[in-house]
Amino acid sequence: MARAVSTQAKLRNTAIAGAIGFLMFLPILWVIILSFKTEEDAIRAPLEVLFSSGWTTENFATVQARSDYFKHFSNSVIISVGSTLLGLLIAIPAAWSMAFVPTKRTKDVLMWMLSTKMMPPVGALVPIYLIFRDTGLLDSRIGLMLILTLINLPIIVWMLFTYFREIPSEILEATRMDGAKLWNEIVEVLTPMAIPGIASTILLNIILAWNEAFWTLNLTAAKAAPLTAFIASYSSPEGLFYAKLSAASVMAIAPILIMGWFSQKQLVRGLTFGAVK
Amino acid sequence: MGQIKLKQVSKSFDKVKVIQPLSLTIETGEFIVFVGPSGCGKSTLLRLIAGLEDVTEGTIEIDGKDVTFLPPAERALAMVFQSYALYPHMSVRKNIAFPLRMAGFDKAEQERRVNEAARVLNLKDYLDRRPSQLSGGQRQRVAIGRAIVREPRAFLFDEPLSNLDAALRVGMRLEISELHRRLATTMIYVTHDQVEAMTMADKIVVLQSGQIEQVGSPLELYRNPCNKFVAGFIGSPRMNFIEGAEALKYNAHTIGIRPEHITVSKDTGLEGTVGVSEHLGSDTFFHVSVAGISQPITVRVGGEVGLHYGDKVHLSLAADHVHKFDQKGFRLP
Repeated sequence: MARAVSTQAKLRNTAIAGAIGFLMFLPILWVIILSFKTEEDAIRAPLEVLFSSGWTTENFATVQARSDYFKHFSNSVIISVGSTLLGLLIAIPAAWSMAFVPTKRTKDVLMWMLSTKMMPPVGALVPIYLIFRDTGLLDSRIGLMLILTLINLPIIVWMLFTYFREIPSEILEATRMDGAKLWNEIVEVLTPMAIPGIASTILLNIILAWNEAFWTLNLTAAKAAPLTAFIASYSSPEGLFYAKLSAASVMAIAPILIMGWFSQKQLVRGLTFGAVK
Repeated sequence: MGQIKLKQVSKSFDKVKVIQPLSLTIETGEFIVFVGPSGCGKSTLLRLIAGLEDVTEGTIEIDGKDVTFLPPAERALAMVFQSYALYPHMSVRKNIAFPLRMAGFDKAEQERRVNEAARVLNLKDYLDRRPSQLSGGQRQRVAIGRAIVREPRAFLFDEPLSNLDAALRVGMRLEISELHRRLATTMIYVTHDQVEAMTMADKIVVLQSGQIEQVGSPLELYRNPCNKFVAGFIGSPRMNFIEGAEALKYNAHTIGIRPEHITVSKDTGLEGTVGVSEHLGSDTFFHVSVAGISQPITVRVGGEVGLHYGDKVHLSLAADHVHKFDQKGFRLP
C-alpha cells in the first residue's frame, strides 16, 4: 500500500534532504570557489570571499607551471588503472573458486581477507618501506601498482564474489555438460554474465586507488608521485597558499569526479546488483 | 548406444549418506523416470550419472566403459535443467550451437545441425532472439535443442517441466515423448510428479530416502506395488489405506484400495458419510468418512453421480483389487 504523503510534507522533506546534501558538498564547493580567487581574497572572512570582486584563473596556471600537473595526472591514471587490472587478474579466479567450488573454509578465508582491511596501514609501513627500498621499488609506478593492488584486493574479491554468487550454478553446470573447458566457462559464460558487476568493481577500485594517499605519499618522492602527492606538496612548505592549494585540489579531484558523475548509473546498478531480484 | 549401468553406487555429503548403495541398468533407447518425493535423492542420482557430482563408492558404466571418474563433458551425455540454464547473453542460435562449438564442429556443420534442431522444435523464427525474449515453453525447447544437437548417448532431464504452467506442461510432455520415439535415444527423466512418470516412462524407478523402492513399467507399479510407499506414491488420487478390523478380514495389517476400485451403493458394504467432493466433469471424487477408519476414503465415480455433502452411502471394495500389506508395509501375497 502506498503511504499518503501530503504535498507539504514532501516539500519539507525535500528541503531537509537538500540542505543536508548541500552541507556535505559545501567543503568541495568552497575549494572550487577559492581556486578562482586571488591569495589575498582567499584568506578573508567567508562572506567577503564570496562577494569580493576578483575572479581569476591565474592559480591554475601557476600550479601547472610550478609542478607539472600532467606528469602527476598520468602517474595517477597508470597507477589506479594498472592496480585495478592487476587486481582483477587475481580476483576473478579467486572469486570464481570461492563462489562456485566453496569448501568449509571459504567463509573463513573471506573474513580473513576482509580483516586485513581492519589493520591500520601504518602498522605495516616500516616493513613495506624496507622491502620497497631493498627491492628498488621506492618511488616507482610498478611498486605503487603492486601495493595498491594488495591494499584493495580484499574489496575486489568480495565484490566479485558477491556478483558471481548471483549467477545460477546450473548455468555453469550446463557449460560443463556442453563440453566447455574451464577457460571457456570463465571467459565465454561467467565473465559476460558478470559484466555489470565487474564494471562497477573496476570503477570503484579506480576511485579507491585514485584517492589513496597514505601509501602514495609515503612511498613516492618525485618520479612516481600521483595527484595525491601533488596536492600535498602545496599544503605547507612555503606557508599556506589557500588559493593555490585549492586550485591543485580541484585539478586533482576533477577527473575522478567527472568519471564518477558519468558512471554513477553503472556504479549504483553494480553496487545494488542482486539486492533486488 | 546408450546403455548405462550403475554398480553399487552410493553418495555421501560429509557424513550424510544421500544415496544408499544401489545398482541399476538402463537399456539403450529406454525412457526411464526417477520419481519420488523431494529429498529422495533422485536429482543427486541424475547428477552422479551426469558427472556433476562425484560418486562416493561404486562405478558407473556407459556402453560398457567405466566413466566413474570422467568429467561431464567426456561422458557424451546431454542434460536439460529445471531452470533451463540458457546462456542469457547469447542468442538462441548461439545457445544451441554452443556445445557444437565446444566440440570443434566446423561452421557449416554447426549451422546445419542448429537449423535441423530448430525445425524439429519449432524454433526457426526465434533463432536470433535472446532467451529473455522467449516464453517459458520456448526456453525449454531451446534447452532441449541445445541437448539434441550433439547427438548424445543419453539425455538427462532434471524436472524440466516444473517451471511451466499446467497446460504447457501437458503439451511439452507429449513433445518430449514424441522426441523420444523419433530419436530412440536413452532418456533419464527426474520428476516428483507421478503423472509425468506414469505417462512418459517405459520404466519407472521409485526412490525414497536414497534407496530404490521398486523398478518396473508404469502398469506393473500400478498393479503390483511392492510396498505401501510405492502403492501410495503411484496413482492419482492416492490409494486408500485401511487398518484395523476391515484389514484383518483379509489377514493383513493394512489393506490398500484405489479410489477407482470402490463401488458406491445404497445398502451393501461399509457405511459412510459423504464429505467434500471434487467434480472434474468426467469423474467425481468423493471423500467418504467411515466409522472406525481414521482417514476419509476417496472414491472415484462417474461425472454424473448425484451425491451431496452429508449423504449416507455404502462402499464395497473390489476384492481382487485389494492390496495387502504387513506391519512393515511390505506386500503380502
